[in-house]
Amino acid sequence: MLYRQIEQNRRKTVLLVLLFGLLVLATGAAIGYLDDGDPVFGLVLAAIFLAFYLPFTWLSASRQVLGMAGARPVSREEYPQLYNIVEELCIPARLPMPKIYIVDDPSPNAFATGLKPEKGAVAFTTGLLERLNREELEGVAAHELAHIRNYDIRLMTISIALISVIIVLADIGVRMLMVRRGGGNRKGSGSNPVMLIVALVLVILAPIAARIVHFAISRNREYLADATAVEFTRNPAGLKNALRKIAESDLDVRKAKQATAPLYFASPFNKERKKRRAGLFDTHPPIEARIERLERM
Amino acid sequence: MRVIEWIVLAVVVILVIYGIYVYNRLVRMRNWVREAWSQIDVQLKRRHDLIPNLVETVKGYAKHERETLERVIEARSRLLSGSPQERMQADNEIQQALKSIFALGEAYPDLKANQNFLQLQEELTTTENKVAYSRQLYNKTVADYNTLREQFPSNLIANMFNFREEQLLAIPEEEKTVPTVKF
Repeated sequence: MLYRQIEQNRRKTVLLVLLFGLLVLATGAAIGYLDDGDPVFGLVLAAIFLAFYLPFTWLSASRQVLGMAGARPVSREEYPQLYNIVEELCIPARLPMPKIYIVDDPSPNAFATGLKPEKGAVAFTTGLLERLNREELEGVAAHELAHIRNYDIRLMTISIALISVIIVLADIGVRMLMVRRGGGNRKGSGSNPVMLIVALVLVILAPIAARIVHFAISRNREYLADATAVEFTRNPAGLKNALRKIAESDLDVRKAKQATAPLYFASPFNKERKKRRAGLFDTHPPIEARIERLERM
Repeated sequence: MRVIEWIVLAVVVILVIYGIYVYNRLVRMRNWVREAWSQIDVQLKRRHDLIPNLVETVKGYAKHERETLERVIEARSRLLSGSPQERMQADNEIQQALKSIFALGEAYPDLKANQNFLQLQEELTTTENKVAYSRQLYNKTVADYNTLREQFPSNLIANMFNFREEQLLAIPEEEKTVPTVKF
């Protein structure tokens, strides 16, 4: 059951990422078409943007996230049990020991960052450490390590970059459209009004579609991280009880933002946590759904 | 050369490349197995070194647990020698005995407040978890390795280069009687 869930999650992610890729290319093509009747130009434009934007986001990702969250690094002497818990889990996870951070915040939560396992870091809020026992902390830590091992941070970073690219492209597309209406004829334009409308719709809807795909990927990876965590610990109870305890809290994580929300263990926004069914723009699946899947393992 | 000769050459090259790939996989997995065991070995050694300190710390409180302490000390002497299975068995006996020793903390508030006792408890808990995880990893790696060794066509390479079967570590059975704390 466990391994089947993991397989299904991985396949879903591949599909979503392909969809995303197609969306980027389609947007590029649409713009090209709107501009000149030539989609290839737009495709090339999209590719160039990607080539420049991705590396930029890549390099600064970790530092930004930790800084934005107000996380401070802590030593083994300050939190021996926490260090031990993470160290223990690195064995079944086959990961190098990540850096450990603490966020001073009463809302119980945790997140992981690091584009690759060697650069991994996990952060826990003081609220979490106060409320959970050793077994439950183990479940949360396993979930975070699962994100690192599954390269989820890398995936979400790429996803955010792609959304930005699509937004920029869509913006360009809209502007071109307005210029054309005001200006004169350009070669190939007006040749096919249906295609024109299709291209237009694409350009306007692309940013929204991109966001929907992004959040779908985020929710999918959360389920995968839960399943992988159980693969490490062989014990769904710790994770389940941790989820239950976190569901009880009414607090928002103070410094969390929309952009970093996918990296947290549970949604840092109380309203989203209390939801029963997943919305299109939720970063995490509802806690009840996660618990239910854990029970089926 | 004629076409048929080119084809035969190509097939041979492909087979050799595949053979190298499988050989390397087998080597990598065999090394993982050894690595996983050495993890266990390291943790068993740490436990071996922590126990005298624990015995010293609780001696004053454990007048009625003399038997348990003796069991721990005796099992400790078997931690570092013998077959892997025997050493795991010794560790399991220690783990069972430690349950009642840690429970002493509940009976004696002085002991519970003793920093040394708490630290040792955490250390022994974490080393036990590491042994358990390492054993889990070891068995998983051994299972994958043995499967690769036996499946066709990788078994041909395995036999050619003498890759031996590795033994799983049996999970020691929990003792039938739950140790009770007498005080």
